[in-house]
Amino acid sequence: MTTVTTDVAAPDTRRAGRYVYIAAVVLLCAWVLVPLYFLLINTLSSPETVNSFPKPFIPEFDLGSLGFFAGFAGILSALKNSILVAGLTMIMSILIGAPAGYALSRFDFRGKEAFRLLILLTRAFPLPLLALPLAVMFIRTGLDDTVFGLSLVHTTLAIPFAVLITFSLFSGIPLELEEAAWTLGCTRLTAFTKVVLPLILPGITASAIFAFVISWNEVFAAAVLTIENRTLTAFLLQNLDTSPLHLKFAGGFILVVPALIFIFAVRKYLFAMWGIANR
Amino acid sequence: MAEIQIKNVAKRFGSYQALRDINLTIQDQEFMVLLGASGCGKTTLLRIIAGLETATEGEVWIGGRRVDHLPPKDRGIAMVFQNYAVFPHLTVFENIGFGLRMQKLPNDEVKRRVERTAGLMHIDQLLGRYSGELSGGQRQRVAVARALAMEPDVILMDEPLSNLDALLRMEMRAELKGVLAESNTTAIYVTHDQVEAMSMADRISVMHQGKIVQAASPIEVYRNPAAEFVAGFIGNPPMNFLPATPAGDGKWTVAGQILDGPSRTTPLHFAIRPEDLRPADTGLAAMVKVVEPLGAHLLVTCSVDGALFRAVLDSDLTVRRGDTLTLAPQPDRVRWFDPETTLAVA
Repeated sequence: MTTVTTDVAAPDTRRAGRYVYIAAVVLLCAWVLVPLYFLLINTLSSPETVNSFPKPFIPEFDLGSLGFFAGFAGILSALKNSILVAGLTMIMSILIGAPAGYALSRFDFRGKEAFRLLILLTRAFPLPLLALPLAVMFIRTGLDDTVFGLSLVHTTLAIPFAVLITFSLFSGIPLELEEAAWTLGCTRLTAFTKVVLPLILPGITASAIFAFVISWNEVFAAAVLTIENRTLTAFLLQNLDTSPLHLKFAGGFILVVPALIFIFAVRKYLFAMWGIANR
Repeated sequence: MAEIQIKNVAKRFGSYQALRDINLTIQDQEFMVLLGASGCGKTTLLRIIAGLETATEGEVWIGGRRVDHLPPKDRGIAMVFQNYAVFPHLTVFENIGFGLRMQKLPNDEVKRRVERTAGLMHIDQLLGRYSGELSGGQRQRVAVARALAMEPDVILMDEPLSNLDALLRMEMRAELKGVLAESNTTAIYVTHDQVEAMSMADRISVMHQGKIVQAASPIEVYRNPAAEFVAGFIGNPPMNFLPATPAGDGKWTVAGQILDGPSRTTPLHFAIRPEDLRPADTGLAAMVKVVEPLGAHLLVTCSVDGALFRAVLDSDLTVRRGDTLTLAPQPDRVRWFDPETTLAVA
């Protein structure tokens, strides 16, 4: 008797479990995708549609809002600044972060584990706390309101991730490959450039894009440390209360796009970073 | 000419003593096998010779030149790794030619040598492929070809066959031995597989707990093990041991039997290989516990005086569990060990 009841009950619970599972997946996807979809609709609509109500569910593919955005005074120079700062951040964080990642993966040294933790702790300091002394220091050294000064701050923010991602990349390359190169006539340096570098280049690219996006999306330091040479985020923040709705949507869209591209580019390596790689 | 001399080499990892007091000379063109269980230090010794690890103490000489301060590339060696270490971003051709390109040899010379060694290893059809498109056995061939293409004085191999399946391993064993004999290089080969060691080596160095216990020809290591460890490690099944007490005048009491032995007054261990036992009228009384017919032979596990004892007997014999056999050891094959030092006693 009991066996019969369990036989009937088991598929039922399993089916119910499946519904809950599917519902949860749909809900989570909607949580992420619906705002993005609205952003897309409003960006690709004419300014009139953006400011009217109700809004359409299918984009008009009108480039009016984006056109207005491009023509708005100061936007293009802010966009240029954003790209410059993010580009510099990308280069500096890889140049500093990748050797650190290599050292963490290949060498044993005292305090290695502590270093891995500490490097994440650099993100634990709230930026508002550091902003004032940083601004004072930048003004004294003449770094304030410069692209280079801001990219220094962004590099600091991006380095922990650059180190940890490249650490996981280097750890994924068997040491034997390097050793084989050494026995075949390579020095440490040539083994690196001829064997390791070609193998991790895709991952390094992903890590660089990540650094780019961190800088691209950063608003607080950008707002505090620049006045004339605003980045796009700082510029939009500054004009938040005065700018029309369609400008905000278009600006938001332009800010979101690189982040989306990044997630697709580096998802594999982010997983690897947390030790659940299945490459 | 590349004779290798290892003088007083020791290696410590922190407080762990991986190698102690290693002294070994490997003749030019000799095929030396370092044999031992995992963790015995054989790979560490190979890596010290290669220059991938630095010795805590001691010297390494290759071809009359002291090399322990030199990086791997300046030692005139080539190495084959356990996991092959075939570069995944290069074709088979570029893998084999990698070392030659590093030496900046002209293109036609690289091509000539790559094609020659690829032919030698029967991989000339695969030169355009990447390592991801190769089977384990093919990668293994690429790794060996890559080392041979360097035309090194010394070729070092770290368990190169251990990742292959049994059949392929047997095939590669013979092939590798042939290719290496032809190349006139000195070879050092690390393995934990005694069959590989016995079948390939000119000389075997048996290692145990960071020391070389015995370095001798395969048959010498098999017939006259220098220590109990070697006797128990080499041979499948390994040697049998029984305690022996002196009965005076070079006579010894072993499991109630009187046998001839060395003239000593302290207790010894009596040792005999399972295949050196014959059923006879007088001998050791053995209670049969397990009978395993192996086709050519009969492997009989029995108990002699409470101790585990194995005999390899003719497969024509009818032996059943519970039988009591009388096994006579072949007198010239009996060996004796001192239980204090575990070393062989003449």
